[in-house]
Amino acid sequence: MTLVILRLLAKTALTLLAIVTATFFATRLSGSPMETFLGEGLTAEQRTQMIAYFGLDLPIWDQYLAYLRGLFEGDFGLSFVERRPVADVVAERIWPSVQLLLAAVALTVAVSIPLGVIAAVWRKSWVGSAVLALAFVGYAAPAFVLAIFMILVFSYTLNWLPVVGSSTPLHFIMPTIAMSGVLIAALTRFTRNAMLDVLGQDFIRTARAKGLSEAAVVLRHGLRAASVTVLSVIGLQVAGLAAAGSVVVETIFSWPGIGQLLVNAAIVRDYPVLQFGVIAVSFAVVVVNTLTDIAYSLADPRLRLAGN
Amino acid sequence: MTAYADPAPRRLRLPRLEGADPIRLIALAVAVLLVAAAILAPLVAPYDPLGQSLISRLRPPVGFERASPGHWLGTDELGRDVLSRALYGLRLTLALAGGGALIGLLIGGTMGLVAGLRRGWVEDLIMGLVDLQIAVPFTLIALLILALAGSSLEVLVLVLGIAGWEQYARIVRAETRRLAAQPFVESARAAGASGGYIARRHLLPNLVSPLVVQFTLALSNIVILESTLSFLGLGVQPPHPSLGSMVGLGRDYMPSAPWIVAVPALLIVLLTFAVQILGDWLRDRADVRLRER
Repeated sequence: MTLVILRLLAKTALTLLAIVTATFFATRLSGSPMETFLGEGLTAEQRTQMIAYFGLDLPIWDQYLAYLRGLFEGDFGLSFVERRPVADVVAERIWPSVQLLLAAVALTVAVSIPLGVIAAVWRKSWVGSAVLALAFVGYAAPAFVLAIFMILVFSYTLNWLPVVGSSTPLHFIMPTIAMSGVLIAALTRFTRNAMLDVLGQDFIRTARAKGLSEAAVVLRHGLRAASVTVLSVIGLQVAGLAAAGSVVVETIFSWPGIGQLLVNAAIVRDYPVLQFGVIAVSFAVVVVNTLTDIAYSLADPRLRLAGN
Repeated sequence: MTAYADPAPRRLRLPRLEGADPIRLIALAVAVLLVAAAILAPLVAPYDPLGQSLISRLRPPVGFERASPGHWLGTDELGRDVLSRALYGLRLTLALAGGGALIGLLIGGTMGLVAGLRRGWVEDLIMGLVDLQIAVPFTLIALLILALAGSSLEVLVLVLGIAGWEQYARIVRAETRRLAAQPFVESARAAGASGGYIARRHLLPNLVSPLVVQFTLALSNIVILESTLSFLGLGVQPPHPSLGSMVGLGRDYMPSAPWIVAVPALLIVLLTFAVQILGDWLRDRADVRLRER
């Protein structure tokens, strides 16, 4: 067991190092990052000064080692645009993103697990097909399309909901739904499949045979057994999908989070911010994945035994 | 498949309409229609997609007040015909998605084949890359690459290609390993066939079916990725229309001219929905157990 966890941790560390390295060299090898940013208006002397100020005159290996050392010491460089530490720029964006993410995950779980169970139990009737069709539509509609249609209907036509900002609970409604769309579709399908797997097994027949009510069979025996797999997907899939979704949704609704920061940084080519943002979000996703893996191997007795 | 399965290549047959239900047939019709519209865009588009006309700006679709005859789906803020732009946008979106999916297929298929045949550190390295790609949200990688390399169409199609390669690699590797253990490959090897010959003659024909399924499933994801990037202003650059960039640029006019965004947005959903249902249908028919994503 310990071995399994140690191996997972080692793999995570390696993944993180690969991410940092790839991000760093991708940024540097595409030419001096300052060139596009400095523009025309500077004298040669000012230019040299700026390049030295951002540490870009050192050999690339020294820059790489300095960057790695910086990551460990909490120094992530300076934003080209805002001329202040990247860590500060990113730090103030974390909480709004986390709020939105939590709201989206809560909505996803609340909607898709019941839907998935319903789709599995009534898989042969029109109810199951309808849920499945809905999941397909949800999967086909990109977050920005969902957001655009909601804005058209609820903001511009009905005048019910605000489009921009994050100050009141009303502001949460559309961004949360836009973020959750794909997640709900994915998790509903997954819950359905997991439930179908479980409901075909022997212990379910035993539960029925001993006279339990159908609700008890499905919920107490079926859902509990399926929940291990479902929870692991919440960790594995949701982290990645949510990171992608937040980029789009935060941009549309001017949500002051990391996603919007990254898009803006990409557009104005503020490399230090973009670089650190990509690293930070990837770290978060990788760490969530690893924690899920560990929790999964702790929860599943078969995996627990396999480790020894 | 019995132990003495026929090693002869399965020919790629035209899909017969097995397992058809109304939704799948509609999806097929929609997909055929959209692809035909995209290919024939230069012939069927009523106007030049870039042609501006200041006197007929922001006209609504035919049937609404102030509509301008001939502009069936209205005009945008520069007086460009929305229908023509949508047709050309669909064309570009499909071309980019198709190109991207092909690149992903080539990269991923080759990597998967090499990993499945070579084993050892080569396999470890390739599968490590696959795990890395799965771990990092691809939208972020795309943002980084597009910011670094600029948003030209070449870069964009490459980014779309990198987006899905790991899926092909996993499938091809798993299938290759499974096939390599089959008696017909063993006997070919015993008869002295080279690795390249086995790959060409025995492995590739058996890989066609799972790859076609994965290609279709990947296509809709790539359409979504392309639209999203173009919507954010990092993909296809103006004045050329792609469905995503039309939605992104039309956003400012939504309160007064919702048709500018509604038409391309609906097309995106229609396209991804149809392609996804077709992919699902193909998967059912091919009966390969692809991992649910």
